Amino acid sequence: MPSLINLRRRIRSVKNMQQLTKAMKMVSAAKLRRAQEQAIASRPYARMMERVLRNVAAAAKSDEDSADFPLLQVREEKRIQLIVVSSDTGLAGAFNANLFRMANRFVEEHKGAELRIEAIGRKGRDFFRRRQFNLTAEHVGIVDKPKYNQAAEIADKMIRQYRDAEIDAVYLLVNEFKTVMAPNLVLRKILPVELPEDGADQIDYIYEQPPASLLRTLLPRYVEMEIYRALLESISAYHAARMTAMDAASSNAGDVISDLTLTLNRVRQAGITREIIEIVSGAAALG
Amino acid sequence: MADTFQLEVATPERLFVDEQVTEAELPAQNGYIGVLAGHAPLLSALGAGVLSFKTGSGERVLAIDGGFVEIYDNHVRVLADRAEFGNDIDASAARRQLDEANAQLKSVHEKDSDAVLQAVARAQARVDAAEKAGRRAA
Repeated sequence: MPSLINLRRRIRSVKNMQQLTKAMKMVSAAKLRRAQEQAIASRPYARMMERVLRNVAAAAKSDEDSADFPLLQVREEKRIQLIVVSSDTGLAGAFNANLFRMANRFVEEHKGAELRIEAIGRKGRDFFRRRQFNLTAEHVGIVDKPKYNQAAEIADKMIRQYRDAEIDAVYLLVNEFKTVMAPNLVLRKILPVELPEDGADQIDYIYEQPPASLLRTLLPRYVEMEIYRALLESISAYHAARMTAMDAASSNAGDVISDLTLTLNRVRQAGITREIIEIVSGAAALG
Repeated sequence: MADTFQLEVATPERLFVDEQVTEAELPAQNGYIGVLAGHAPLLSALGAGVLSFKTGSGERVLAIDGGFVEIYDNHVRVLADRAEFGNDIDASAARRQLDEANAQLKSVHEKDSDAVLQAVARAQARVDAAEKAGRRAA
């Protein structure tokens, strides 16, 4: 039977833990709100871009002297670049574990090709380093507050390598924010660019520049935007996952506390009962 | 009340303007374009310059750099690489930047001159926007 003093100590320590997890949940809730605001702020640009791109692409296709576009060129996938967006810190349940499981599956499925990995986020870097993958680059400390120019830098490197035919395809693996409860793990091909479906809303614009030259400047911007969006989605999803994990931890701590309190009370009562028995039997022996 | 149209100015990071305006002037790559309500559909690349627009309550200016504009169905959508409200620009700092860029232009090698010229245009746009915004405030 544990002693009273030990039980009290354990209860106190679990209570401290609970306070910590509760605080972390609040912090993540606040950060989630900020991340979502940032994601929402980028949405108008993304929406406009998609429509413009669709129209320009259709117009460029019908344009006779349109040269071919290196970023649309589909090649046999011999050398594949995978970009994995993880988080810098943990404590978010299966957020990173699920991501890595998917990454492993991707590696298995593409055994025939030469695979390179670019790690965004400390957890991802550590994971792939442990497994002796050769990383093309690692980006630590950018996922917490994604900046457009950081995303653009990564995108521009990919674009350059793709254009020079050093790589034949670029995939992006990321946790997207879907609901607070569960992130949505997505694998997306960002190069070659797959143009949005031809919609019915073909618009007959006046083109100040030939559509082909517009398309040439639009495509890299589109790839940059995809990576920027991925970073924003990932950080939202991360804070959501962390909120959920910390909420579960808090309620688990609550369960442990009530269990321990019950044991504490039982032990205390048993002690009292024992003392009374001793007194009563002592009195009986005297009389 | 004159006819109005919807002007939206967005960068990848945020939406700057989303309101009804009566008149706008855009720094397209091949020169400034003036837009009134009922403009024909148009697509153009943008250069560095000053975007100004008039609303019922007055005129405002932005320094923008690069990107695209789409005019369609009484909507003018500007996708800028960078944007800044004229009021938010520190005019003296912008002027210093312009001087630096101009100085660099003199010493620069032929093959790098494009980047420097772009920097000059960008700095010039910021100075213009700051001055234009400042003049109206004064």
